[in-house]
Amino acid sequence: MKLLDVRSITMQFGGLKAVDSLSFHIKKGELMGLIGPNGAGKTTVFNMLTGVYKPTLGEIHFNGQAIQGRKPFEISRLGMTRTFQNIRLFKEISVLENVMIGATQHQKYSMLDAALITADYSQAEKALREKSLELLSIFGLESKAYDEAGSLPYGEQRELEIVRALGTQPQLICLDEPAAGMNHQETHSLMETIAKIRKDFNLTVLLIEHDMKLVMGICERIVVLDHGVKIEEGTPSVIQNSPKVIEAYLGVEEVH
Amino acid sequence: MQDFLQHLLNGISLGSIYALIALGYTMVYGILQLINFAHSDVYMVGAFAAYYVASLVGLQDSPGFSTLLVLLAASMVACSLLALAIERLAYRPLRKAPKLNILITAIGVSLFLQYFGQAVFGAEPKKFPAVLENKVLVSVAGVDVKTFDIAVLFITVVMMLVLNFIIFKTKLGKAMRAVSTNMKVASMMGVNTDRIIAFTFIVGSSLAGVGSVLVGMKYPSIDPLMGTLFGLKAFVAAVLGGIGSIPGAVLGGIIMGLSEEMVVAYLSSTYRDALAFGILIVILVFKPSGLLGKSQIEKV
Repeated sequence: MKLLDVRSITMQFGGLKAVDSLSFHIKKGELMGLIGPNGAGKTTVFNMLTGVYKPTLGEIHFNGQAIQGRKPFEISRLGMTRTFQNIRLFKEISVLENVMIGATQHQKYSMLDAALITADYSQAEKALREKSLELLSIFGLESKAYDEAGSLPYGEQRELEIVRALGTQPQLICLDEPAAGMNHQETHSLMETIAKIRKDFNLTVLLIEHDMKLVMGICERIVVLDHGVKIEEGTPSVIQNSPKVIEAYLGVEEVH
Repeated sequence: MQDFLQHLLNGISLGSIYALIALGYTMVYGILQLINFAHSDVYMVGAFAAYYVASLVGLQDSPGFSTLLVLLAASMVACSLLALAIERLAYRPLRKAPKLNILITAIGVSLFLQYFGQAVFGAEPKKFPAVLENKVLVSVAGVDVKTFDIAVLFITVVMMLVLNFIIFKTKLGKAMRAVSTNMKVASMMGVNTDRIIAFTFIVGSSLAGVGSVLVGMKYPSIDPLMGTLFGLKAFVAAVLGGIGSIPGAVLGGIIMGLSEEMVVAYLSSTYRDALAFGILIVILVFKPSGLLGKSQIEKV
């Protein structure tokens, strides 16, 4: 079953086509990679998927529903979430609350309940707090739950972004370069964690990544973008041997 | 000494009202980076709403606890509805426009409300209904503690506690803080930002509504331009405390009220209004981010 179905979307900024009639789909439970050289349009694709940009042309279907042009919060509530290439946590807010914010959309109590401090309200807040702490424990961040998010070291901020996204109870999580700036060791443990959360939360994952080792290691299928156009799609071994991909990354060999 | 304590009490009482109004400025600024110049006129409309509701239900001259509650409710509801309408009709269409456009719109809305008030309510001052009887409740060390002071302090403290609860203990509060840190990202984490912004306006204006009744109680003459100077001072209080900072607005309000009272008591009432602008100039020169505000370092 196709969880996400992207049908020839185009994003035009003035005279520049950042993404040009791109089509791909992700099956439920799949781990797909989206790769391409710098400026290929990968993050623009994420921005269209999550409602930051409205595609100039084309349709995006999520769970059989057309979502192009919907507001970001509506798309998030449908079950698609993301992390950011450049970390965008709520820096002045505690680590725990960063996670809780994503989950507030699923809290059912009314403001009247809160005003009267009813049992519904107290239980909902308590349950959310516990659940968020549990999510934090995936990365061992629960001991820092009450620190300001901005005070965490870089690697942990990246991990917190993933936890915060999990807080929204997604079906599809779009990870925008989760390993950026991480060393070999950290990247390796991140790979394992991504595999684990995918299994534990029954997630579908779309991954943008520069680290080829990470992409080839965990992705089942890969789409390669260059200058906003899809140049190749297939399993890691197909991608590694594709002349078009090698050309896009390394340039054409000059023949003398 | 006795005089000083009396002035101290009056100052804190006045300052609490400034704080209530300042909170509205600071909350909207925190979330939209907009100085909502119309806030002071929303406060004015709140006072008139209380005035008209009082004459409608015949409470002009029957001071008491129930009158206080009715007037507070009337003013808070009127202010909330007005602020919602302003946000919806004037500010929301400009959400994606440059900040300056929305700032100028705020000034426009402010002027509109002032002249609308003069046209509809009439320009001559009106007598605000008697809210409570101002009796001396206790005398401590020669200082008269009167009903008004206790009422103002009590209501302000309750409002602060409620505000604190909303912001730190409810999902709306969490969402508000998220939106004020990063609106776009909050939206992508499932927060309906338009709703949260509307809610922020409701909370801020309700506080202004409370402030307007308290001012009407202490200085029972209201007119359509009453918001201008009072609002400006509350705005200075918000800047003094650090605009965008909620404890800052409270601190700024109290300092503002105290210093105004002290200047009137020990220098001359001529300087009453000059003081506010003096404070504004000093704070902008020496600590533009305010007492509790975070100074932002712009990355290049």
